[in-house]
Amino acid sequence: MPARIILRQLFKTGIISEPPPAPDPTLAVNAHALNEEILRIFGRAVGVRHVDAGSCNACELEIHAMNGPHYNIEGAGVKFVASPRHADVLLVTGPVSAHLATALRRTFEATPDPKWVVAVGDCAATGGPFGESYACRGRVANVIPVDVVVPGCPPEPKRILAGILTAVRTAPAHRQAPASP
Amino acid sequence: MPHQIDLTPLAPHGGGPIWQFALGRTRLTAFARGIQEEGGQLLALWGADDRHLGGTFTLHTAYLSVLGLIWAKTPLEAHAPSYPDIAHIFPQAGRMQRATRDLLGLIAENADDTRKWLRHAVWSDGQFPLRRDFELAQPEAADAYPFVRVEGQGVHEIPVGPIHAGVIEPGHFRFSVIGDRVLRMETRLGYTHKGIEKRFEGLDVSSGARLAGRVCGDSHSAFTWAFCMAVETALETTPPPRAQWLRALFLEIERLINHLGDLGYLGNDVALGFGFNQFWRIKETWLRACREWFGHRYLFDCIVPGGVARDLTASAAAEVVRLVRETREQVRPLIELYEEHAGVQDRFTGTGIVTPALAARLGLTGLAGRASSQAWDARVQFPWPPYQELDVQMALERSGDVAARARVRAAETLESLRLLKTIAESLPPGPLVRALPTSARVCEALGWVEGWRGPVIVHVRLQADGRLDRVHPHDPSWQNWPLLELAVLGNIVPDFPLINKSFNLSYSGADL
Repeated sequence: MPARIILRQLFKTGIISEPPPAPDPTLAVNAHALNEEILRIFGRAVGVRHVDAGSCNACELEIHAMNGPHYNIEGAGVKFVASPRHADVLLVTGPVSAHLATALRRTFEATPDPKWVVAVGDCAATGGPFGESYACRGRVANVIPVDVVVPGCPPEPKRILAGILTAVRTAPAHRQAPASP
Repeated sequence: MPHQIDLTPLAPHGGGPIWQFALGRTRLTAFARGIQEEGGQLLALWGADDRHLGGTFTLHTAYLSVLGLIWAKTPLEAHAPSYPDIAHIFPQAGRMQRATRDLLGLIAENADDTRKWLRHAVWSDGQFPLRRDFELAQPEAADAYPFVRVEGQGVHEIPVGPIHAGVIEPGHFRFSVIGDRVLRMETRLGYTHKGIEKRFEGLDVSSGARLAGRVCGDSHSAFTWAFCMAVETALETTPPPRAQWLRALFLEIERLINHLGDLGYLGNDVALGFGFNQFWRIKETWLRACREWFGHRYLFDCIVPGGVARDLTASAAAEVVRLVRETREQVRPLIELYEEHAGVQDRFTGTGIVTPALAARLGLTGLAGRASSQAWDARVQFPWPPYQELDVQMALERSGDVAARARVRAAETLESLRLLKTIAESLPPGPLVRALPTSARVCEALGWVEGWRGPVIVHVRLQADGRLDRVHPHDPSWQNWPLLELAVLGNIVPDFPLINKSFNLSYSGADL
């Protein structure tokens, strides 16, 4: 019985995955020439580690949506990984809460070079409505270096995917971890 | 009531039955016990610094009772503000008391657990961010949080987080295990504390509504509605009928998309990728439709003080009805699949149990509560406009396991679809917003909305110039997090993600 439901539903649904968006150079905050060597090394596959640095969880909803069947992100070479040690890209959401600043910095340091940081959402871009306060450090770039910023509250899945592709295809990678304050 | 108390009804401006009264410090314990003996629950506990208004400090408590929501205000001393512990009556008060100590320095006397809660190392003990005279001085050198240790032969600890392996909010879980079996799990939250309550101070009400909607993104409409309801009640105005109906439409879409997403993830966590892909396909259809109808996939900022910012056109209303029909046809076989799939039921049934007795004792609320026989749903018992006209049917289960929480979600998904159809077909005509009156005096109220996760409460106090003086948003995750710690006992570590997802509690909403 379950098998029949699955098969019937599969045939009814068909394939709904859509083509990936093109990289958008306007999202890169740090535009440099394409790094041929990195492109050669990574080819079309990139490991992404998501870090919630204090978000309200709306950006997470869109990152989850991006993993849904419409977006076929693995077809675009994007794979979510469980550890910063396996990651090429850190996808950081939220303003950075003071309580997470150290964890974010350590995650950045634990990510092997070369690496990219994509700040996702208005809060990650500017601090958003939370700003800077006794408990909040504001935008991600206040804590770790950022290569690509994807604005939106929350940005739609296609924009986030475009941001990731922009990072690995057009922005230079960090080779050095910044000095901890 | 066992004690004679003069309850003043808060004039219901678009809200359900809320009663407020001043409760003397010496009568707090007896009153809480009275509520408990009659089967009520504590929903929220918070504080306020009222010294700049000529007062002292106030302890606020909100109880769910057969009368509706009872809001008690207990004035405390200005110099050594303290009150009798009520966590021995309502255990869910424990973390709220600890947070109120961290943020305001209000002390629960003789409380069992006096550890800090929201405070890590960013500010020191003795500094209180929500006091008006707070200035950030030297932070504490290290966090040093004393977890409870379990000792014995073969016991070891597994620390998890704050940064987790999946796409999930940050928090820390400390497991004490023997082999794969969980002996104890302790949660440490507060990582996403970003000073939201302080941020509200001095904002205008429109900016306040936007911020309230970002306390917990997945409950955007619940929080903005509760915030706006509090502002409107304080200013003694009511939104136009069409706005009330549209707010209900937004709230039910929010419930629907969250339940669809969670049902998908529950399938994913038991290796039924098919379930994940199917439910998320349907969810995405709704998100795209919302983008088209209202300009935002999650309906952000559609609810505004005085009414709503977005309308539903006649053609879009017909689309809602069509999509409801289509979704019902697609969801029913999936629910049937979950019920009949041996692998799914093997993982769901008997996993992460909260018995009805434990749920009642510890105040489990919202959808998780309804999966453990806690029959509270404000839409059903205390309907506010337009829910009086919608006759919501409550979903209720007894077994308190992952399977029960999945079934409550499934039943509420179908009920929300029914409500969406009714709302789309019976939207009253008229304006979308009513301009807010001015008050010229300090005024306050509560807003109370049954969000998808459970009851959301927002306390708003306005200054005489109409700006926000004090806002406290309360997410039901506060009550439910401690139950997650008990639900995992005796289960195996690999079932933790499944149990956790079946509750799907908010970090940001409770970290503030």
